[in-house]
Amino acid sequence: MNPIHRFMLFFSLLLFPISLFAEKGSGEENVKVVDFAGLEPYLKKSNDTIYVVNFWATWCAPCIKEIPYFEQLGAAYQKDKVKVLMVSLDMANQLQSRLIPFMEKEKMRNEVILLDDPRSNRWIPLVDENWSGVIPATLVYGKGFREFYQKEFTFEELDEIISSLLSN
Amino acid sequence: MKNLLFTVALFLWSGLVLQAQPIAVGSKAPAFSLKNIDGSTVSLADYAGEKGLFVIFSCNPCPYVKAYEDRMIGLHQEYAPLGYPVVLINPNDPGQQPDDSFEKMKQRAAEKNYPFPYLQDIEQTVYPAYGATRTPEVFLLKNDGDGNFTVAYTGTIDDNYQDEAAVEEKFAANAVQALMAGKQPDPATTRAIGCGIKVKK
Repeated sequence: MNPIHRFMLFFSLLLFPISLFAEKGSGEENVKVVDFAGLEPYLKKSNDTIYVVNFWATWCAPCIKEIPYFEQLGAAYQKDKVKVLMVSLDMANQLQSRLIPFMEKEKMRNEVILLDDPRSNRWIPLVDENWSGVIPATLVYGKGFREFYQKEFTFEELDEIISSLLSN
Repeated sequence: MKNLLFTVALFLWSGLVLQAQPIAVGSKAPAFSLKNIDGSTVSLADYAGEKGLFVIFSCNPCPYVKAYEDRMIGLHQEYAPLGYPVVLINPNDPGQQPDDSFEKMKQRAAEKNYPFPYLQDIEQTVYPAYGATRTPEVFLLKNDGDGNFTVAYTGTIDDNYQDEAAVEEKFAANAVQALMAGKQPDPATTRAIGCGIKVKK
């Protein structure tokens, strides 16, 4: 093996793990599957960030309609201390067959977490006392503000809440 | 000042978005008279001879309905002979959700061999009277006699939509058992994730 070949081998070995990592850039490794205990810390972070937590599912038509607005929101406030978290209530056994293909099709950049916890009667009131269990539903909190919305949003409505909170 | 204005604005706004809640347990059950898939009309008054009934807001395409469909049939098979039958009401506007057309309702009922009426709330007046927001959503009514029914339980069928074998609490069955024992259901209200009702625009 001449020095050039040796160098190329070394170099490709060096790049191998990086290329593997880069291959997975589009979503797959980003979907964490949690039960409610695993989700709860995301609903009560106390720092100077504003959190927008949307509860949705691929089978929920009004949820799908507002996904682009949450994407737009995440992009618009990328440089600010705003974090958009999309909590999917899809069935865990459809993660590969349904959720991930959907995320790729919609080019979702916001972080997605799959909440796999069938005992919703226990955890619904812990998200918000008044939540009936209907989706879409969205929790906005941070900087002393906390509000739970059981409604469909437009981008303008989301933008108004976040821009007011940031300028507050 | 800006802070205050902002708070006031948000307060006003959140006040405008009033959240629908199920009718309170103990309330008089709202009457209904709706078209069944066989073309007949079914009314709450038709159940005057029963001890009570389960009114379940349901639909065709919702995955949570599909997960619970066999358990709805099971509830009827177990409790209809004891005086507590099940009636399904589809509250969705077929204009918004074509899978909930009257024809599709007939098809679904035939496929699953529904042993109970499957009614269409085509005017969308019954589900708001019950304060239903999603499918499936259960209302257990108790017959107080003289054509009066009261709401005894609202919520979900049990605590695990995914896996019937892993159910720990059969909320709806426990509620009707409590009524049969002359007691108040406890819990009298539960919550679950469901599909939002498709409202006519």
